[in-house]
Amino acid sequence: MRLRRSMMFIPGDSAGMLSNSYIYRPDSVMFDLEDAVSLAEKDTARLLVFNTLKANLYGGIETVVRINGVETPFWEDDLDMAVRGGVEVIRLPKTESVADVKEIENRIENIEKSCGRPIGDTKIMAAIESACGVVNAVSIASCTPRMIAIALAGFDYLVDMQTSRSSGSEPELFYARAAVLHAARAAKIDAFDVAYGNVNDEEGFLREVAIAKNLGFNGKSLIHPRQIELLHKAYAPTTGEVDHARKVIQAAKDAEEKNLGVVSLDGKMIDPPVIHEAQRVILLSDHS
Amino acid sequence: MKIKQRGIAGTLESSDILVVVSPDDGNEVQLMLQSKVEKQYGAAIRQLVTETLEKLGVTGVAVDVKDQGALDCVIRARVQAAVFRAAGENKVNFEVVS
Repeated sequence: MRLRRSMMFIPGDSAGMLSNSYIYRPDSVMFDLEDAVSLAEKDTARLLVFNTLKANLYGGIETVVRINGVETPFWEDDLDMAVRGGVEVIRLPKTESVADVKEIENRIENIEKSCGRPIGDTKIMAAIESACGVVNAVSIASCTPRMIAIALAGFDYLVDMQTSRSSGSEPELFYARAAVLHAARAAKIDAFDVAYGNVNDEEGFLREVAIAKNLGFNGKSLIHPRQIELLHKAYAPTTGEVDHARKVIQAAKDAEEKNLGVVSLDGKMIDPPVIHEAQRVILLSDHS
Repeated sequence: MKIKQRGIAGTLESSDILVVVSPDDGNEVQLMLQSKVEKQYGAAIRQLVTETLEKLGVTGVAVDVKDQGALDCVIRARVQAAVFRAAGENKVNFEVVS
């Protein structure tokens, strides 16, 4: 079980941010080669990210590289760099179909063979940024064992839907959030909610975090380090939840030691999903 | 790798390094370094720049480096980028630079 509450974007051409961002301890870092990098700096960004990956600055933090889309002339070089650099996850932007994923999956496998990485070692995260992507989310989420998460990207999606971001309960994102989340859960993978663009609006950010958490998202894409601690605190379980989780895990341990097939706590039967949830609560507590 | 023109990579921002690579007569590497941490790390930076150039097979080159406290991985990346630009190579072979 791996925590994926916070995935912080780092522009791939920013030497300063690449050098220092590990100190904020997000669960995942996403080195961006796409929107954050100008056309003139695609080459230098690739080399910066490659050398950063090789330097292993981000020990214990999941590394993700967002490559340029398959409609651009950059994605193959991005992929070659990232897989050879040892990145854990490739984030594919603007994913609309299984064919998009299969195209990069095939290329990843060829690079893995070429550089000696075990086949299947490099994972994939699909970013859903359009109505088409949302409609195809179920097939995208389940099309390869490499897929570890899908992420909803709000800005492009709302443009595609011919609407814009509101405040409050954000009804314009409700269907996409629910669809992407269901696709992820059906495929037994993780789901990231949209990034919140106004880094100075703490109240708005926390309101959106609450929506994502209550729906069941594992976490959010983040664009500024100051959002990390806020998010982690919001996802932290309460003392009561932690106490209950410890009791559940102890009960499961006791039952296992006594070779009992059924686990019970305070006279109530405990199913495996409850034990799994208790383990997740403890993990969240340990990292809050 | 043959240096054909001037190649520049990097910035003068904190934690970065600006590297300018230019063709030079002969087979030597002429290295000029300015760094705010030159007293402590000047020798190590020079060695890293030189090793990175050697690995790319670069000789006959003038290298002007202005360091703003960059990590080794940034120095390596900026030197590589400046060399590839100076050589007019658009395609990086990541087997070679690793």
